[in-house]
Amino acid sequence: MDIILEGIRQAFILLFTFDPEVLGITWFSLKVSGTATFISLFIGMSVGTVVALTQFPGRKFVVSLINTGMALPPVVVGLFVTIFLWRNGPLGFMEILYTPAAMILAQAIIATPIVTGISLAAMQQLPKKLRLQILALGATRLQMVRILIREARLPLLAAVMAGFGGVISEVGASIMVGGNIKGYTRVLTTATVMETSRGNFDIAIALGIILLIFAYMINLVLTYVQQRERPR
Amino acid sequence: MTIANAILEARNLKVIRGGSLLVQVPSLTIGEGETLSLIGPNGAGKTTLLQALSYLMRPSAGEIIFRGEKVGGSYAILEYRRKLAMVFQEPLLFDTTVFENVASGLKIRGLGAGRIRQTVTEQLNRFGISHLGDRSARTLSGGEAQRTSLARAFAIKPEILFLDEPFASLDPPTREGIIVDLGKAIAETGTTTAIATHDRNEALRLSDRMAMMDGGKIVQIGSPSDVMNRPTDEQVAAFVGIETILNGRVRGKRGGSILVDINGKEIEAVGDAEAGANVVLCIRPENVTLSLPSAASATSARNVFPGRVGRITPLGLVFKIEMACGFPLVAYVTGNAVEDLGLREGKEVTAQFKATAIHVINKSSV
Repeated sequence: MDIILEGIRQAFILLFTFDPEVLGITWFSLKVSGTATFISLFIGMSVGTVVALTQFPGRKFVVSLINTGMALPPVVVGLFVTIFLWRNGPLGFMEILYTPAAMILAQAIIATPIVTGISLAAMQQLPKKLRLQILALGATRLQMVRILIREARLPLLAAVMAGFGGVISEVGASIMVGGNIKGYTRVLTTATVMETSRGNFDIAIALGIILLIFAYMINLVLTYVQQRERPR
Repeated sequence: MTIANAILEARNLKVIRGGSLLVQVPSLTIGEGETLSLIGPNGAGKTTLLQALSYLMRPSAGEIIFRGEKVGGSYAILEYRRKLAMVFQEPLLFDTTVFENVASGLKIRGLGAGRIRQTVTEQLNRFGISHLGDRSARTLSGGEAQRTSLARAFAIKPEILFLDEPFASLDPPTREGIIVDLGKAIAETGTTTAIATHDRNEALRLSDRMAMMDGGKIVQIGSPSDVMNRPTDEQVAAFVGIETILNGRVRGKRGGSILVDINGKEIEAVGDAEAGANVVLCIRPENVTLSLPSAASATSARNVFPGRVGRITPLGLVFKIEMACGFPLVAYVTGNAVEDLGLREGKEVTAQFKATAIHVINKSSV
């Protein structure tokens, strides 16, 4: 029991003294996952909106692919990104394996289906007749899409949060393509894995608490969005 | 019937979806400033026709002519849609304030803030919701939300307004208030209106003309009193509230009337049909009076039949009395009359109705 209590005590000391290493890792995690989420936002929201608002043959198949992608195991993504970026792999010439760029790439691949799937659901949740109403108000196609996105803004925010939550907490891909290099590719999750294996529970717990705080904030927003009602 | 000042015309209109013919209207004209109601049961094609007329649904065949120009041809669809407004059964408000909702059509048209404020304020007043301007649309009651939706439609000053069952999900007192305000708004602005409703009373109150739809077709169109009192077939008759619909054969004529054999009983009706013709007699329940057998002699009614009371159903202010007089007959009577006559199941009464109160549909000529 002591080991836990002592670990938690030490963790709070690290947090409240703004330990530079903990702070650095946190900041770097936010940068990598934030950038990856931002990239996935562009791709995911565009694809999600288009799939939600159009009819085409094979649409159901595309939707099922997106939904499968939402459950993409990060280690599998890590594996394939590693193979592609390997020195003699197809993208080896880029020489970005074990760099933050590789981590952003892998995390964007993980986040994009999540953002796409939730955006798709968010746009589909809007009443079908709302589109007719918007057209009847004299909107152009572009105006209609803008209004629909505005109407779905909260569920879309949920898509962003879920995407971000997925990548900031994943460890498999980051450790495989980033390599957990101190001060260069070390993020909250990879650092937690390493510190735990070394028996440095205080730092590991401190990092874990930070991750939990992120998770809590994300879910707070998601809960708010879920509980909110649409107008009649 | 030709409409002199047509604003909208449909020609050879067909809507086919998933292989089934949803709407088929060879010709329909809506006159400037008139209110046309589309009535008919659920699934009759009212909504589909409104959506085709407003070009929210592309017709499979035929054309929509707005002020003499073909929509989707010489007249751009977007431009046409900017001349019309549509209100659905659901208010379909945006997730913002009431003010912004009412302003939305104007914003889409790129109007300036000053004009938007003025117009929105006008419409909020018109529909009695000026106190709700800053409220979020999520917090409105059903009636307030539908008022907002109507204000949004009127804000763009549409040349033609389409209403698709706009009151169907409102409770009666709320509906009553909104019908009154909408009727006033239509009258004050002179807006041409097409309204779909399954409620014939709503249609009666709001419209200049009525079109009865069934199976995707317009089966009868005319003035409300024509459609209500002189339906062209049995289905229309049943829908417009004619409770007694009798099939019979003409025995002969007497003056301006015909004598019709119904199950061996003879009913005299004003109308014209040759002896031997098959006819349908329509009798509105309001036009049937009941009395006790002893008091029935002093009457001018030609059609006097003794009968036995069957089921009695209260319908709010009146009671629906189903009777067997050798043929089924339905009468509406007041609560007082039910008491005075001591009406109950099995009671013997005399029913009477005038020959002029019967509408005759000549089946042989159809």
